[in-house]
Amino acid sequence: MNFIEARKLVHEYIRRDEEGNVESILTALNEVDLDVKQGEFVAVLGHNGSGKSTLAKHLNVLLTASGGTLWVDGKDTKDADNLWAIRQNAGMVFQNPDNQIIASVVEEDVAFGPENIGVPTSEIWKRVERSLKSVGMIKYREHSPNKLSGGQKQRVAIAGVMAMEPKCIVLDEPTAMLDPNGRREVLEAVEQLNKEKGITVILITHYMEEVVHADRVYVMDHGNVVMQGSPRTIFSQVDTLKSYRLDVPQITLLAYELKKAGLDIPDGILTRQELVEALCRLY
Amino acid sequence: MSIILDKVNYVYSQNTAYEIQALKNINLKIEDGEFIGVIGHTGSGKSTLIQHLNGLMRATSGGIYYNGQDIYEEDYDRKKLRGKVGLVFQYPEHQLFETTIFADVSFGPKNQGFSKKEAELKAFTALRSVGLAEDYWYRSPFELSGGQKRRVAIAGVLAMEPEVLILDEPTAGLDPKGRDEILDQVAKLHEERRMTIVLVSHSMEDVAKYVKRLIVMNQGSVMLDGTPGEVFAHYQELEAVGLAAPQVAYLMHDLRKHGILAQGTATTLEEAKEAILQAFKK
Repeated sequence: MNFIEARKLVHEYIRRDEEGNVESILTALNEVDLDVKQGEFVAVLGHNGSGKSTLAKHLNVLLTASGGTLWVDGKDTKDADNLWAIRQNAGMVFQNPDNQIIASVVEEDVAFGPENIGVPTSEIWKRVERSLKSVGMIKYREHSPNKLSGGQKQRVAIAGVMAMEPKCIVLDEPTAMLDPNGRREVLEAVEQLNKEKGITVILITHYMEEVVHADRVYVMDHGNVVMQGSPRTIFSQVDTLKSYRLDVPQITLLAYELKKAGLDIPDGILTRQELVEALCRLY
Repeated sequence: MSIILDKVNYVYSQNTAYEIQALKNINLKIEDGEFIGVIGHTGSGKSTLIQHLNGLMRATSGGIYYNGQDIYEEDYDRKKLRGKVGLVFQYPEHQLFETTIFADVSFGPKNQGFSKKEAELKAFTALRSVGLAEDYWYRSPFELSGGQKRRVAIAGVLAMEPEVLILDEPTAGLDPKGRDEILDQVAKLHEERRMTIVLVSHSMEDVAKYVKRLIVMNQGSVMLDGTPGEVFAHYQELEAVGLAAPQVAYLMHDLRKHGILAQGTATTLEEAKEAILQAFKK
């Protein structure tokens, strides 16, 4: 069984009037199938309101399904007895770092999670050290979080999740509020956790450049999964992506435009390196 | 008409242990009708800078002149200035509060002292200019998508008919199409009404595409000030302060190294495309 498996997962937001009669139903997830293997790096793209964040909230049972089934680590999310085990194994990082940091010292913030689930003190300190090291923030352990940059705060939030020793980490637009440097720091930290520790990563983002290194990409639109495949397959379909209000990385778009103008360049160029090589071959 | 900043300094928590100088000796002249981008890493002083432009923050020392008048003069009407220099904050949709979109957008001009009718006329024009379809106008702003809410918030500032529009990261958190829509609307305001625009952004690709002048802030000072082409030519210095150039600027650099291009400082996709096609024609 895959680490995450969704079969016909449905989520409906139901609005009721004062008497409790149903006023309107918004189907945020419409029979979504999702398969993520242990250790995979999966990216989810989609426009605002496409259902990405609703999906993310299902993965650690902040929301439960209106229909269909979702298994995380072999456990059915419908079963209330599985709640804590799933949350421990699928940590979440949200968009705004300031909403996720609660302590006044970095290491105490990271220790909050394991302390909350009753990990022995000596073990907590080991975990704090390990997780701060894994995101490159160990030298800030005694600092106050409010003096850190956005990228640093976000990495502390990731360390807080890592201290729970999850198998999977779900990031919901973790870089939306960061400057270019902060964005790079956070992405590097996430890619490293995936490669070196085998942590399964689900990355939700609006930045197409961040998706280039993912193993697989899912594209959502109006609650449906409308495309899935490797970044190269997804990004070779420029016009289809645009019809879903999305885009492709700037380099991919340039390669596509050059091809349309008559240059013999392969489809689905993802990086600057690839485009330079393709152009050198032509020259 | 212009905004002039003359030796502006700003110090947070002055005379305490937490004293931080957020702006250091800023000298800038913003001419009427310019489209300016401001970039800089988090904490570089961008937001502090733009809040000085409409008098929301008061410089610790130095002077600011709007159309030749000192805005720190005793009898200068700073309330009026805030109507002329409109500021759209980060995540402006968090400030929507009225029961309908139309009421929300009318609030600004009403607050400025215009009659109900005049205020509504201004709200009408403002909502039109951000391209929000009329059937939304009498709904609650909370029913809208992120990009639509943001356009309502921008309309709220436009309804006060500012001469200068300052936007602090107007596209953060929006999907790619939503980003393009907002920035295209802003560019249209600039072109059609010759409105002065100051755009604070973390997206190098966006500023390269839209602005004509780019100001780089670093540690409270203006580090670079020029056209996007001039500024992004300093990509190594930009990287040293946590910024970067647009991807295509790096590509042009690589192509020069491989001898495919003789020169080229393209910073937008269109410029790069043209330069490469030109090179392959020969």
